[in-house]
Amino acid sequence: MEFFRIKHDIPFMSWGKYTTAISLLTFIVAVFFLFTKGLNLGVDFTGGTVMEIGYTQPADINRIRDTLVKLGMSDVSVQNFGTSREVMIRLPAKPDISSAKLSETVITALRQDDKTAEIRRVEFVGPQVGKELVENGALALLIVSLGIVAYLAVRFEWKFGVSGIIANLHDVVIILGFFAFFQWEFSLTVLAAILAILGYSVNESVVVFDRIRENFRKMRKASVQQVIDNAITRTMSRTIITHGSTQMVVVSMLFFGGEALHYFALALTIGILFGIYSSVLVASPILMLLGVSRQDIVKPEKKEEAEALP
Amino acid sequence: MNRYPAWKYLIIAVSILLGLLYALPNFYGESPAVQVSPLRTTAKADTTLLQRVEEGLKKANLPTSGLLLEAGSVKARFADTDTQIKAKDMLQSVLGNGYMVALNLLPNSPQWLASIGALPMYLGLDLRGGVHFMLQVDMHGALSKALDRFSGDIRSSLREQKIQYSGLDKDSSKITVKFRDPESRAKAVAELNKTYPDLILREQNVRDEFHLTASLKPEAQKLIQDSAVQQNITTLRNRVNELGVAEPIIQQAGADRVVVQLPGVQDTAKAKDILGRTATLEVRMVDEERDLAGALRGQVPFGSELYNERGGGPLLVKKQVVLTGDRINDAQAGFDNNNQPAVHLNLDNNGARIFRQLTRDNVGKRMAILLIEKNQAEVITAPVIREEIGGGRVQISGRMTTEEARDVALLLRAGALAAPMDIIEERTVGPSLGADNISRGFNSTLYGFAAIAVFMTVYYLMFGFISVIALGVNLLLLVGLLSILQATLTLPGMAAIALTIGMAIDANVLINERIRDELRNGMPPQAAINAGYERAFGTILDSNITTLIAGIALFAFGSGPVKGFAVVLCLGILTSMFSAVMVSRGMVNLVYGNRRKLERVSIGQVWKPVSDKR
Repeated sequence: MEFFRIKHDIPFMSWGKYTTAISLLTFIVAVFFLFTKGLNLGVDFTGGTVMEIGYTQPADINRIRDTLVKLGMSDVSVQNFGTSREVMIRLPAKPDISSAKLSETVITALRQDDKTAEIRRVEFVGPQVGKELVENGALALLIVSLGIVAYLAVRFEWKFGVSGIIANLHDVVIILGFFAFFQWEFSLTVLAAILAILGYSVNESVVVFDRIRENFRKMRKASVQQVIDNAITRTMSRTIITHGSTQMVVVSMLFFGGEALHYFALALTIGILFGIYSSVLVASPILMLLGVSRQDIVKPEKKEEAEALP
Repeated sequence: MNRYPAWKYLIIAVSILLGLLYALPNFYGESPAVQVSPLRTTAKADTTLLQRVEEGLKKANLPTSGLLLEAGSVKARFADTDTQIKAKDMLQSVLGNGYMVALNLLPNSPQWLASIGALPMYLGLDLRGGVHFMLQVDMHGALSKALDRFSGDIRSSLREQKIQYSGLDKDSSKITVKFRDPESRAKAVAELNKTYPDLILREQNVRDEFHLTASLKPEAQKLIQDSAVQQNITTLRNRVNELGVAEPIIQQAGADRVVVQLPGVQDTAKAKDILGRTATLEVRMVDEERDLAGALRGQVPFGSELYNERGGGPLLVKKQVVLTGDRINDAQAGFDNNNQPAVHLNLDNNGARIFRQLTRDNVGKRMAILLIEKNQAEVITAPVIREEIGGGRVQISGRMTTEEARDVALLLRAGALAAPMDIIEERTVGPSLGADNISRGFNSTLYGFAAIAVFMTVYYLMFGFISVIALGVNLLLLVGLLSILQATLTLPGMAAIALTIGMAIDANVLINERIRDELRNGMPPQAAINAGYERAFGTILDSNITTLIAGIALFAFGSGPVKGFAVVLCLGILTSMFSAVMVSRGMVNLVYGNRRKLERVSIGQVWKPVSDKR
């Protein structure tokens, strides 16, 4: 079986104007939603309490809300979580009540209402811890970006590093844009997914860059544009197959991983899909824009050696 | 040309064998157990204890499926949780307070596996259920407590040296001693400088009074704060032992934080209550000379405080602390002569001496026993001293319930916290959710793996099948490695296992595509295989290193669940490099390497563009 029967190199680079325009547009839209709607930050980052309560029968959301309002908790959110028998309660951080007391009070009140209520999960994060997690997350993002740029610069050349990271940060911003637009909960695990995507989809750029380097050595008479087109065309089947494989696992996580892994898998899905696109149609045009040339890769003193290759 | 030297096959075989061996314990599951460990250093977990446990179980007719003696504890395994819980209660009552009896889970793997150190993966709290707390130590509280101690010491030093002073005040950061004349202040400065090198003394004249302020040196502050965290950790450890938790984790996190993880704890309310309580005991004298009625109108005399006795009226208590809870050796709940709940204290030598002197000097006067919790003091009882009390045995009976007496005894026994602590992060996972999470993580991996296996075999035929085997080896090695390292496996960690599988196949796809590419260019099969592996390797290395960079950064900056994700991701990258390149190559070599005339390989259809046909 062979999915990709491509006769000639696809002239990706001549489409550069359009693809760059499209990615610029999606990027701007993503940034727009990030600023207008903002991320729906989870309790990990904002501080507060989340309780997951399990019942034996379908839970009556309104009644639970009433019970909590009677306790004086006005800005509380109650919703079904996973199944109709499970309820998620979110309580904002309150400086005057300790978390220990808060979750106790809530469960005692709910037990009075329905004896089957059972705590499945409680998460309390103090406001200062939340702030630190945001800071550490941003720092991790920065370090990963710098690390990748540095590695690509050493292994290839700085132009590759810069275009690789721009392509990937473009993915990250688009994932964030999705989370902002749909107001999906942005938690610590989603952040982990995004950082993993950053590392993963750089792979894409690396594979293409590797071919570009090889082609610069082999295709001595070709123009830069031809070199890149050929590299992309020849790695395309591999790109789509590996992404497809990873996507299979991620879809399996989306279906079988339950609520806890839902947004994690969702972030990965978006990241993988846009990863294919961006490594091909964002990284390479930027590489051309930065004026990559054969001299960047094939150093004059290595000329003989390169020619000696089969 | 595609042959591996024997040593390479040996490396592959040995690593697969080791992976299999160390991954094996994960398949046996766990059975409920009770763990008995002595709380005092004097008692030992030895064969005597083992016999006591065995006899106790036999007498209560509770069948055990295995008893074992390990370093520091005796563990008994049971068939079901019912017997386990019965056994726990029975053993606790038979063995008494000196032993910690906790519920635990023991791996079912055979003894020989355990003896080579092969244990199941260490499951995080989100998979096995339990509580995670992050506590912040209140450093101001620690300093304020230290100043309290210093002010008491300064008082007695001045008194011993017969240096006259007119008053002593303490606020949050300094102690102010007031003198009537500069001479006594000078004497005091000389004396205090000599005795307390940790204090900075400053002289000040306020109106016609001569003040001397003492504050802590920065080095001393740091020392006090460090030791406060250390003492709190020790205290927490004692308290957790009293709670009976099998494998607690209590460790410092950063300068002023402590992480407490209690796997399998169900009663989180009790755990929170016991951990967070800052109860300490103080013995002070009741101020009977001064005007109580005036104090009730709001004019509390200097050097005294107004309290309500539990179940009694208001009384004035001197600020000076005679004895603190630090002097307590042991505390037990019990009953007094009138059959009222009481706490029996056993003081250490120093405490016993102080207490004897106090009671001898103050016969006929009242002393107050205060329980201080969260900066709120309460007079539990204020008895009249009838006679000198020696021997360090003290009984406190206020109007307590048996439950209160037991909690107070536990807190006093476990020691006081050097500084108050606040819970700043809490994650509780119920046991049912933990089990759900395990099956979810497992299913995600299983179905993801199955889908990839089917696709790879259909698309790349033999080479695809080999890739799938290599992927299986990767999974095996990863699980084995996680078991050897006993790294904590969390739900995100399980997600990382699944993700690793998806990402690891990338290397094999790269290789297989490369081989097809070379075949397409007309290379003979053996050469194509070789070239495919050689050329793909550089790319595989590059792409894995970038993912590794992300993994390491995640590990460095992530906390809790994210760290678990990062560990598995990094390990998975390493194992996948080995399995995708070396193991799959080894198998390809075994299958094709020896055939001299290899006409075609089973790698699926290699499509050649018609125009390029040679």
